[in-house]
Amino acid sequence: MPTFTQDWTYWLFGLLRWSDFPPKADGIATFAASLVVLGALAVVGLVTRSGRWRWLWREWLTSLDHKKIGVMYIVLAFVMLSRAVIEAILMRTQQASAIGQAGVVSADHFAQLFTTHGSIMIFFMAMPFLTGLINYVMPLQIGARDLSFPFLNAVGLWLTAAGAALMMASLVVGKFSTGGWSGYPPYTELGFSPGEGVDYWIWAVSLSSIGSTVTGLNFAVTIYKKRCPGMDLLRMPLFCWTALCTSILMIFAMPALTVATALLALDRYLGFHFFTNGAGGDVMNYANLFWIFGHPEVYILILPAFGVWSEVISTFSGKHLYGYISLVGATMAIAVLSFTVWLHHFFTMGQEANVNAAFGIATMLIGIPTGVKVYDWILTMVRGRIRFIAPMLFAITFLLCFVIGGLSGVMLADPAIDFAVHNTLFLVAHFHNMLIPGTLFGMLAAYMLWFPKAFGFRLDEIWGRIAWALWSAGFLVAFMPLYPLGLMAMMRRTAQTTRAEYAPWLWTAEVGAVLIGLGLAALFVQLWVSVRNRARLAAPLGDPWDGHSLEWATPSPPPEWNFAVPPEVSGRDAFTALKAQGIAYREPERYEAISLPRGTGIPVVIGGAGFVCAFGLTWHIWWAALAGLFAMWGGVVWRSFQTDLERTVEAGEVAATHRHWLSRVHAVTPVGRDAETSADNRGLAEHEA
Amino acid sequence: MRFASGTDRHPGLNIHGRDPDAHRAAEPVIFGFWIFLMSDLVLFALLMATYASMSLHGIAGGPTPRQAGDLASAGVETALLLASSFTFSLTSLALKYRDDRRALVGWMALTGLLGLGFLGCEAKDFASLIGKGWAPELSGFLSAHFTLLGTHFLHVACGLAWMAVMFVQIAVRGLDQAVATRIMRLALFWHLLDVVWIGIVTLVFLQGSLS
Repeated sequence: MPTFTQDWTYWLFGLLRWSDFPPKADGIATFAASLVVLGALAVVGLVTRSGRWRWLWREWLTSLDHKKIGVMYIVLAFVMLSRAVIEAILMRTQQASAIGQAGVVSADHFAQLFTTHGSIMIFFMAMPFLTGLINYVMPLQIGARDLSFPFLNAVGLWLTAAGAALMMASLVVGKFSTGGWSGYPPYTELGFSPGEGVDYWIWAVSLSSIGSTVTGLNFAVTIYKKRCPGMDLLRMPLFCWTALCTSILMIFAMPALTVATALLALDRYLGFHFFTNGAGGDVMNYANLFWIFGHPEVYILILPAFGVWSEVISTFSGKHLYGYISLVGATMAIAVLSFTVWLHHFFTMGQEANVNAAFGIATMLIGIPTGVKVYDWILTMVRGRIRFIAPMLFAITFLLCFVIGGLSGVMLADPAIDFAVHNTLFLVAHFHNMLIPGTLFGMLAAYMLWFPKAFGFRLDEIWGRIAWALWSAGFLVAFMPLYPLGLMAMMRRTAQTTRAEYAPWLWTAEVGAVLIGLGLAALFVQLWVSVRNRARLAAPLGDPWDGHSLEWATPSPPPEWNFAVPPEVSGRDAFTALKAQGIAYREPERYEAISLPRGTGIPVVIGGAGFVCAFGLTWHIWWAALAGLFAMWGGVVWRSFQTDLERTVEAGEVAATHRHWLSRVHAVTPVGRDAETSADNRGLAEHEA
Repeated sequence: MRFASGTDRHPGLNIHGRDPDAHRAAEPVIFGFWIFLMSDLVLFALLMATYASMSLHGIAGGPTPRQAGDLASAGVETALLLASSFTFSLTSLALKYRDDRRALVGWMALTGLLGLGFLGCEAKDFASLIGKGWAPELSGFLSAHFTLLGTHFLHVACGLAWMAVMFVQIAVRGLDQAVATRIMRLALFWHLLDVVWIGIVTLVFLQGSLS
């Protein structure tokens, strides 16, 4: 906290000084800062050189189309994934090389690395990825034209992007928090963590958490209110059910994060005593608040992936999903139980044994619905005609690895075992074992499954399999060694150790981290190769995988209005039913004009103002913080005075677009599943009785 | 007859018979706002839980809840806020049954004045606590006290700002469908803050005076 000075530099620049800008104290940090700056300049340069600014602004940044917003979320997720994977490799290198010596980075830098890695992977990789995915897929699956609140949707995107930009800014200007992704006080209080680091963390996370709250609200209202005729709740694809449960969790859990970070900010900025050591502060309040958010958050991350696995496994097994009702029930059960287990994150922090036992039992209970799901997925595959292409390969890795992670979770649910391995690499192994094969592989499988829907061409299968092999092997080699290391009592977040017996395990993990890095590179190569071969991989007719649900009943990419006429549904797996009756590509009797939301730049302004506000707060540049805050709300008020919010697409244009697609459909020979990955697959599936 | 009777699926929004399209368009908006309010209630619930913990364990030699809570002042504030909820109900009735913009604006203006009065009283309470040296920096309990009441205070202030925007919109746009549903949402927001205040009075002032 600065002493109150009348110094003009303080009024203008807050605590920001030249020394906070690069070059940094160590070479790696300077290199990272340069990468961010050069990367940003490269993007600006490329867009300028290709003269695409106007296109970018009109077609993408100001769009309120749920599909484009979904794609932008996922682009953001890949950018942040790249940074966080590089940080992971650096951390593995540090731990492997710093046995009895200094290693490659300082302890302080290492602490920043594990803090940014965790914060990014949770808030700016996994959350944008699954939000983008739900954004893209869910309205199509329920037969809707858009989300209920398209403007709010864009605001959520740009607030999240502002938080991500703040994370990136922290790499260039000043330092980030060293307090871990969970930001535990009293360490993150001013006394122990002075400076901008924790403030960066607080405001980046706050922006993302507000964005997620409004997005969850939007998803829930859409699912309740915008389903097409006949789409009863129990006829929705399972992905929509998981989206609904995740949204409910966002609505109820995100406020706890907002409260936790806001109270920490009050402590740091105004000298309050919520979580300080003295004056009646109590760190347990933070632990409770944070994990009342933090545990449901785990299920916010995993449930959409469960939805993806349900779609992937049933699609590539050529079967209806086994045990649909039990999967819905299990999803709901997990959503409810997720609020009853938060205390298992701090078994060791002083409650009596009976309290620990109650939460331990509640934790183990979650294994039951999860087990139901695993059996349902396996039984979906039984007697199916399984096609082992990349998303399905990821599903196999998921099933095998997730069960291992689940079992280590049941072990940790026992407070007695937790006391022994708490805060060791055993825990790190456990949650990576859940979140990488579960969430991340789910997101990657979803990316490969729905990419042809979004862009009209499939992703290269060979590179998809290479990516799968590298990610799967990389995950196992990187994280299995952490279990024994944990049992050998190696503490997590340790920058240096002295015990030589850790070395072989840590070097093995290092190899795994490099394999994961190569897996990430393989994903980018896959994208590059696929874009180059997009003519050969084209599947514009919309149904490359013989899909079951309504998103496949549209062209790829779908028109902005999704469906020429609202679909009518009479059962589960609606598109399969239409194909079976031979009426999937029938011309509707009549077309109607469609209203669509006009694009607007206001959400971008709100996000930009959010960034300015958060940056100002971080560096105590009060005028910027106030200006940003007023600009954000000014954007909202400005919007409320606009009246001409929609444009109309005439029935004739809808009809022409639709007929053009239908004529292409009728001109093409359907392909069987044997030819799924061949150039013949234009997105028209042969019906197999 | 702006909001004539019909199937009333949401309070105040029963225009299904007269204007089904407007009803359908407005319904998800009102429903979405209810969900936002639920999320906001979680926020208050967590602040109340924090207060409950801090008012027991966070005294740290500072004032107790009994010393910090001014029951008489809370009584006046409660009267003001409850009266403002009543006048907002009259605003809603003017919106619903009488296409009477003057009555609507009048009742809403009175609501705003009562809200301002509430904020004034609360600001006086805060100032008097700080005047006694009982600022939020003194103890965990006072931090929680100021934060819980302050969050409610900020909500009411935001409600007033929203109301000000609505006066301008009524003048500029008239009572079109969008403006009408915004007034309905503001009404929900306002009544919710009343409900939260009842919780605060019970937890902070009544329980404090008994402790």
